[in-house]
Amino acid sequence: MISLEFVNVIMGVMFAGVAIVNLRDAASPKRYNNAVFWGLYAVTFLAGSHLSNFVNGLLVLAMVLVMAVGKLGGPPAEKSTPADREASAARLGNRLFVPALTIPAVTLLGTFTFKYLYVGGKPLVDPKQITVVSLGVATIVALIVGVVMLRPPASAPMVEARRLMDAVGWAAVLPQMLAALGAMFALAGVGPIVATILQRWIPLDTPFAVVATYAVGMALFTSVMGNAFAAFPVMTAAIGLPLVVQRFGGDVVVMASVGMLSGYCGTLVTPMAANFNIVPAALLELPDQNAVVKVQIPTALLLLATNVAIMYLFVFKH
Amino acid sequence: MFVELYSRDSVLPLIGILIIVAGFALRLNPLLVVATAAIATGLAAGHALVDVIAAFGKAFVDSRSVSIVWLALPVIGLLERCGLKERARAVISKIQVATTGRLLLGYLAIRQLTSALGLTSLGGHAQMVRPLIAPMAEAAAETRLGPLDDATRFRIRAYAASADNVGLFFGEDIFIAIGSILLIRAFLDQNGIHVEATQLAWWAIPTAVSAFLIHGVRLLLLDRSLARGRADARPDAEGAAQ
Repeated sequence: MISLEFVNVIMGVMFAGVAIVNLRDAASPKRYNNAVFWGLYAVTFLAGSHLSNFVNGLLVLAMVLVMAVGKLGGPPAEKSTPADREASAARLGNRLFVPALTIPAVTLLGTFTFKYLYVGGKPLVDPKQITVVSLGVATIVALIVGVVMLRPPASAPMVEARRLMDAVGWAAVLPQMLAALGAMFALAGVGPIVATILQRWIPLDTPFAVVATYAVGMALFTSVMGNAFAAFPVMTAAIGLPLVVQRFGGDVVVMASVGMLSGYCGTLVTPMAANFNIVPAALLELPDQNAVVKVQIPTALLLLATNVAIMYLFVFKH
Repeated sequence: MFVELYSRDSVLPLIGILIIVAGFALRLNPLLVVATAAIATGLAAGHALVDVIAAFGKAFVDSRSVSIVWLALPVIGLLERCGLKERARAVISKIQVATTGRLLLGYLAIRQLTSALGLTSLGGHAQMVRPLIAPMAEAAAETRLGPLDDATRFRIRAYAASADNVGLFFGEDIFIAIGSILLIRAFLDQNGIHVEATQLAWWAIPTAVSAFLIHGVRLLLLDRSLARGRADARPDAEGAAQ
């Protein structure tokens, strides 16, 4: 059965490749730091499922230390010149899109077909991980299509992956680090503490005040946690259920659905939602790491106000 | 102000939030800030250092699938080396009606609709925005306005990323088997309230439509703002095209 571990191993191999390309790049002043950083990351993918939690924790802390104390080097200059790329683009034409579009096409195909594939009476793909495995398989198929079509030197995919990974740098690891922070908040009971403080200190006497506090609270707490999923249980237990629903007789479905979407407005404005906001800034090589957040702020504020209006208009009408 | 009602120990775990806010305000490296906040929170809650590091390592390893997007980079990098971005630009520059705003509006619509059908992994910053959408959005502006300066280029890229995010966030909740709807139902079930996934998805539609209208209008306004910026700029202040 193809499980998540299959994807983990492939990722581990890729990050090991990125580390090796860095190590062999004598022109890079920070090549050892980058090699250790990506090498440790590779270990968490290749061996993370077999190592003890404590050792995994130490590996992650070592990565942070290498990055904070030694600093990471940026990406190498592109080897191909703009003229080379223009010539290649003119020669290959729209065929260049084929490998790129293979990723969504195969992901789609896998999402719909993997659940029907059985080998020896067992599912081919872990049914709980179909989307992730489909995406993993799709990237591998796309790479094979690309290599067959373009016939690059054997080292090219890893060299290019290294160029892009070093452009992203530490931000690549931030989403997982934030997930670890969320787990730590849960372990320490941060949510219930915030809920208690909210209930005691915020005066909530009218239906509108309650709805607005719940929606805005979802957005604010989401922007602190970086994740609406972490904020939802806390805010809904503190304000949503006891006040919107029980005290003022609001509809639980409208409250929950629009409440979650109010949280998403918070996701748009926070660097804590790294994979949506910081990672693309790094991927698109923007000098300001908050550039994506800044563009999204007006949309988030207008939409949050709209959500308050939607909830207020419909939550009490049932 | 918590003195009468809360003992010092009971609010101590909030130190993590304090570290995050202070760290981001001081523009320290986010990875360092988040790691510090995580360890500090665990310690403040009274757990032993070894247990805190173990819990931290477990959560990090358990969430490895978040990072799967990076698996697209070898093929994307390979295609970029062979001129993918240049080709994307060439294609869009031939389409007369294509403007940056209209192109991103189209991507927003597709991203939101496919997410509403549960196909959230079709878009994404590594697979779609960097190799295709952002270069096309830049090319559409170049075709109309001539070479772009870096600030304009970065602004267009940030808008391209925002179209992906808004489309994803406010599309996926219409799909009944998405994580957020499962989470809402599980939480309400714990509190003895049973709701149908279809009802929750239905009530995500008004916000989804509003999100499309709000962000869509802003994308179209981007066209105007780009044209105005071009009219204001002195010709000799233009940066060279990459």
